[in-house]
Amino acid sequence: MLKLSGRLPVLQNLNGAPYLATVTKDEHLAPNLKPTRALLMSEGMNPIGFKAILVKDHRRVSPGQDSDVFQLEEEFEYLSEGDIVQLDPSSGSMRCLYRRNSDHNTILLTEQCDHYCLMCSQPPKRIDDSWLLTEATELISRIPQETTCLGFSGGEPTLYGRAFIDLLTHTKTCLPMTAIDVLSNGRAFKDIGFARQYAAIQHPDLLIGIPVYSDDPVRHNYVVQSQGAFDETIRGILNLKSLNQRVEIRIVIHRQTVGRLVKTCEFIARNLLFVDHVALMGLEITGFTRPNLEALWIDPYEYKDVLSEAVGVLNSYGMHASVYNHQLCTVNSDIGGNYRKSISDWKNEYLDECRACSKVQDCGGFFSSSKRHKHSQYIKPFATP
Amino acid sequence: MSQFQAIERYQPTRPTYQLLPFRFTPLDEHQYVLTNLAGEYIVLDRPSLHEFLAHRLANADPAYIDLRARHFLMDESTAIAPTLLSLKLRTRYQRLAEFTGLHLFVVTLRCEHSCPYCQVSRRSQDTQRYDMTPEAANAALALAFRSPSKHIKIEFQGGEPLLNFPLIQTIVLEAESRNQALGKDLAFVIATNLALINDDILSFCHDHAILLSTSLDGPKDLHNVNRPRPGGDSYERTVRGITLAREVLGHDRVSALMTTTEASLSRVHDIINEYVVQGFKGIFLRPLSPYGFALKTRSYHAYNTERWLSFYRQGLDHIIERNRQGHDFTEYYASIILKKMFTSEDPGYVDLMSPAGIGIGAAVYNYDGSVYASDESRMLAEMGKDTFKLGHVLTHTYEELFTSPTLLDPLEESFAYSSPMCHDCAFEPYCGADPVYHYAMHGDFVGRKPESEFCRRNMETFRYLILKMENDPFAKRLFLQWANR
Repeated sequence: MLKLSGRLPVLQNLNGAPYLATVTKDEHLAPNLKPTRALLMSEGMNPIGFKAILVKDHRRVSPGQDSDVFQLEEEFEYLSEGDIVQLDPSSGSMRCLYRRNSDHNTILLTEQCDHYCLMCSQPPKRIDDSWLLTEATELISRIPQETTCLGFSGGEPTLYGRAFIDLLTHTKTCLPMTAIDVLSNGRAFKDIGFARQYAAIQHPDLLIGIPVYSDDPVRHNYVVQSQGAFDETIRGILNLKSLNQRVEIRIVIHRQTVGRLVKTCEFIARNLLFVDHVALMGLEITGFTRPNLEALWIDPYEYKDVLSEAVGVLNSYGMHASVYNHQLCTVNSDIGGNYRKSISDWKNEYLDECRACSKVQDCGGFFSSSKRHKHSQYIKPFATP
Repeated sequence: MSQFQAIERYQPTRPTYQLLPFRFTPLDEHQYVLTNLAGEYIVLDRPSLHEFLAHRLANADPAYIDLRARHFLMDESTAIAPTLLSLKLRTRYQRLAEFTGLHLFVVTLRCEHSCPYCQVSRRSQDTQRYDMTPEAANAALALAFRSPSKHIKIEFQGGEPLLNFPLIQTIVLEAESRNQALGKDLAFVIATNLALINDDILSFCHDHAILLSTSLDGPKDLHNVNRPRPGGDSYERTVRGITLAREVLGHDRVSALMTTTEASLSRVHDIINEYVVQGFKGIFLRPLSPYGFALKTRSYHAYNTERWLSFYRQGLDHIIERNRQGHDFTEYYASIILKKMFTSEDPGYVDLMSPAGIGIGAAVYNYDGSVYASDESRMLAEMGKDTFKLGHVLTHTYEELFTSPTLLDPLEESFAYSSPMCHDCAFEPYCGADPVYHYAMHGDFVGRKPESEFCRRNMETFRYLILKMENDPFAKRLFLQWANR
């Protein structure tokens, strides 16, 4: 697992307040760019003019530089040219917000949410964190146009209302070729006016992922811990699709949802056939899942036939369906066409026994959190064919 | 104390619920099938049905949860059902706004076959009398293109339409030319016995993307008994024609239909196997046509419905078993019904449409220029009842033909949702109004449902399909694929 944020020893603090900086190894950058860059310092480089300097060995920096100087520890050595970090020279906090070599960059827009899902991986906080939106706006301006895809997540990003629409508009302007995935509970779009604002962005490649955990409204509301959620989410999806917006339905499979998984897929095929994609996702053992693990955990191997049937329903209706976050040895081979390696690179790992597996290249592996806390009891390497 | 609430907290606070529109019909001795407005079904045993109807079903009961999720009831926890039901219903009926998509051109009544079950063909060389004239064809084409439908399918019928192939060529070229400005999705089909197919005809079909639909009644002996022609070689010519046509047009550009006769009833496995051998991916196990001999002797006909059902069940079971063994093969009548059971898409099969498919689903331009509301309508006319004759291509306007009481009255009167007994029938969403059949049998557009063989045959078929799925998970999975094929 990559550590995306942490605290670095501050060797020199000149700027005081936190800021974004793009990582570079190029000491010969144009002078007007250097004040926006953090130099990954190597022996013999001239760091003059850079906003910040990241050094591996503090002895290599002579005092009297006009930059903030951070000591880069081993766990952050993955940082490379073009990555974007937030640095706070007062506290030494460093957060890696964008990795240029990754297809799994997700920008957290808020930790506030009107749901309180049993298995939330990003437990909501009731604090004003609108600075995240401000930061995201600046971050988008810095991200290179050739970035193929980018995610926005929360919390619930639509709680920003118009400011969320403005961020997407800004994203379309700065990154017109980048595919954008937004994660939302969809409830805000029950307001057709808001859905129209969203549609009016006319983003060329925007997909909004919205969870529907059960065909039973009561069960969905229970999973998200919110009365009335089901109806509002469904109305939101209907409004978005009536405006030809691309919608993905996301179902996290756990003990509270697996019992009606097939019926939920039948419900989707029958009522929401026009959505663009359905993702059936394994449980990530982080956030609220850990205190609720007993109520949520079911070994994927135990529900593999249910998963096959659910996928079979969606495939029969010609819907685009994907299975995320599962290991090949815990699913039936009949879902092969829907199986995806989906776990974000920075939190994707394999077990020791996976080294002997002949299919490890095709396998999505584990969340780091699953490896650490809970995973299937049926992990078994495939023999070489 | 946990910061999370238990599921009971999200249940309605009051045990009351509201029934949404639905109907129920016995499925077998113990079970009932319930269907909602959109045609989704649920099977309940009698006690559960009673509890549900009496507003006594507990909200933690699995049946309650299914009924709520499938929009049979609404309670405090959700009010989305009317929105989703109306969306599905609108989707189901959206085809109506399209109006007529299928236009049948009877380019000649002449045929070199003399099949006893055919009511319309003539063994005649008299082209003057039995061929459609270019003037009539042109006028029919103008009418066909008046249809608001974005999809126009022109099907050439007979007799044997290849006996008047020059007219087919004229119509195809003229239709393509008219469509240049209109840009509709235009398709052509020739319903032919293939006995007269040759390279020139196939080359024209290839160049104009024309599909071929032929008749194959089963194995050689059965087919040749059913479909006599000079030389007694109908089967050989059909099979040779299928092979040739596939070579030129592509495998999937040739389809086949079978007609069930008395002689077929004991041979369903042979018939299916013939379709497998000939490389077809499915078969349409068609009911006996009531037009002709069966219509005149009603008791015989009633007897035949039972025998047809037995034929159909045997055939369907055989096909399911083939699929279970890994051979992909579809029964198309079931798949039409299953599409109605599992999707909001109307398959557009004329016999199972309500409002009826006459005129709306298809219109027939007969060889003599007269316009009929369906293929069965012109067969009925051949038997002396021209009730469904809408007019003539040369003397009537589009408005006169398609908004005349001759068409609108039977459409309105037969609409199943408001027909006696159909209105209460759980199978109404799957069924159709067939005013031509009921007029032929009972003398009015609605008919007497308890005596209707149409009714009996279809209700038993719906029951059989649902019971199959209830009892066999493999059949359920297979049928879901058929519904979406």
